[in-house]
Amino acid sequence: MADDFPKTPLIDELEKGPWPSFVTEIKMAAKDNAAPKDLLGLLEQSYDEKICHWKHGGIVGVLGYGGGVIGRYNDLPEKYPNISHFHTMRINQPSGWYYSTEALRKVCNIWEKHGSGLTNMHGSTGDIILLGCTTDELEPTFQDLAKEGFDIGGSGSDVRTPSCCLGKSRCEWACYDTMAACYDFTQEFQDEIHRPAFPYKFKFKFSGCPNDCVASIARSDMSIIGTWRDDIRMDKDAITDYASNGMDIQKDVVDLCPGKCIDWDGKELSIDNSSCLHCMHCINAMPKALRPGTDTGACILLGSKAPIIEGAFLSSVLIPFIKMEPPYQEIKDLVEEMWDLWCEEGKNRERIGEFIQRMGMGNFLEEIGVEPVAEMVAHPRENPYVFYEEYYEEDDEEEDGD
Amino acid sequence: MADMLSIDEVADIMYEMVKEATGMRKLKPMDLTKNLIEGYGEKVDKKLCKNAIRKLIESERCVYTYFGGSYIELPHREGAAND
Repeated sequence: MADDFPKTPLIDELEKGPWPSFVTEIKMAAKDNAAPKDLLGLLEQSYDEKICHWKHGGIVGVLGYGGGVIGRYNDLPEKYPNISHFHTMRINQPSGWYYSTEALRKVCNIWEKHGSGLTNMHGSTGDIILLGCTTDELEPTFQDLAKEGFDIGGSGSDVRTPSCCLGKSRCEWACYDTMAACYDFTQEFQDEIHRPAFPYKFKFKFSGCPNDCVASIARSDMSIIGTWRDDIRMDKDAITDYASNGMDIQKDVVDLCPGKCIDWDGKELSIDNSSCLHCMHCINAMPKALRPGTDTGACILLGSKAPIIEGAFLSSVLIPFIKMEPPYQEIKDLVEEMWDLWCEEGKNRERIGEFIQRMGMGNFLEEIGVEPVAEMVAHPRENPYVFYEEYYEEDDEEEDGD
Repeated sequence: MADMLSIDEVADIMYEMVKEATGMRKLKPMDLTKNLIEGYGEKVDKKLCKNAIRKLIESERCVYTYFGGSYIELPHREGAAND
């Protein structure tokens, strides 16, 4: 079998070095499946010619769903017949990416039966990515996965598969149950995940604390990031231990605080919590001494995206603090309001962040019925985007009086 | 209040819209909904349109497609398909 392998001197370079190599993995899969062998040949040819031989998108999918399958065909089907169709399936991952080995084995067995056997664990949205399926095998793969409790995720102009950090299951900083919220939103918006109805994609990501381990502030249209609104908890004895064990608290904690709200006199640490920016730096630096407060919830931010039409955006604050308690109805109602407006007025392929930038944050807030607050200002000294009508009315009255 | 159209009636109207647009422009689900609301006013609403689209797709009279965005089209052989 190995003698049949195409010669791949260029991509063989990617096997060198101490890192895991996808080329090595494809070669392993090629021992039992013809598709990965053709894939090696096509990849080598692309590296040689500096030409992509894939076309993506199109019609393929499973019955009733408009997302979750990304059609791929190569433009050299005679030369590489085993990957002439090489569709990608996105499978909704469990919250927090927790699997039993039994569940993983089932996914892999199904995929070796129907597809190339190649997986990407996980894609940037968080899904299990099954790489390389023929059109005929899409529906049988879907049916077999469904029997084992797995469903297809999102793709195209729909809600992408929501993802979350592992939250309270393992992390002491989690300010709300991210896994429960992620699962709840996934169930609530099944229709929006499977049936694309938006101008473009919409992503939810749930982070338990401002460390934001799933990078929701950069990678989701709606970032739901755990936070607290009372005071940082302090263990004074533990602070003393850090100092006596050689930590330079002034240099490593106080001087790096972006809110400049911490004082250290060599014996005692004090925090002006009203100026705290909740960046988590001090807590990360002294995890045994400092902890988030106990009045916890989440901050909801909106609008991040990777660069496609416009440049990259980070999310900015929409709701500074909200308690995260099931059934999360207040947030869901807000989401529906935003979607209605975006669907009505959004342009094709316009993310909600771009939409807000085009129509103006003040107009957007007015349309969705959210009052502007100071926390929504994205940058210090940014020009205000909200015109308070009551002040205009007062001015008008004064002018009329004159 | 005007009598609402049935899901089947809305699905039929949408199907005709997709058929007429074929070859000229691709329609997104929201285009269908907006056109229906514009043309039939209080006889339709967003929820009814959403259910009608689902019916169109599940009956296989129309399919979702993706060409830089998601559209609803008549089933057809894809140009790039390697059959």
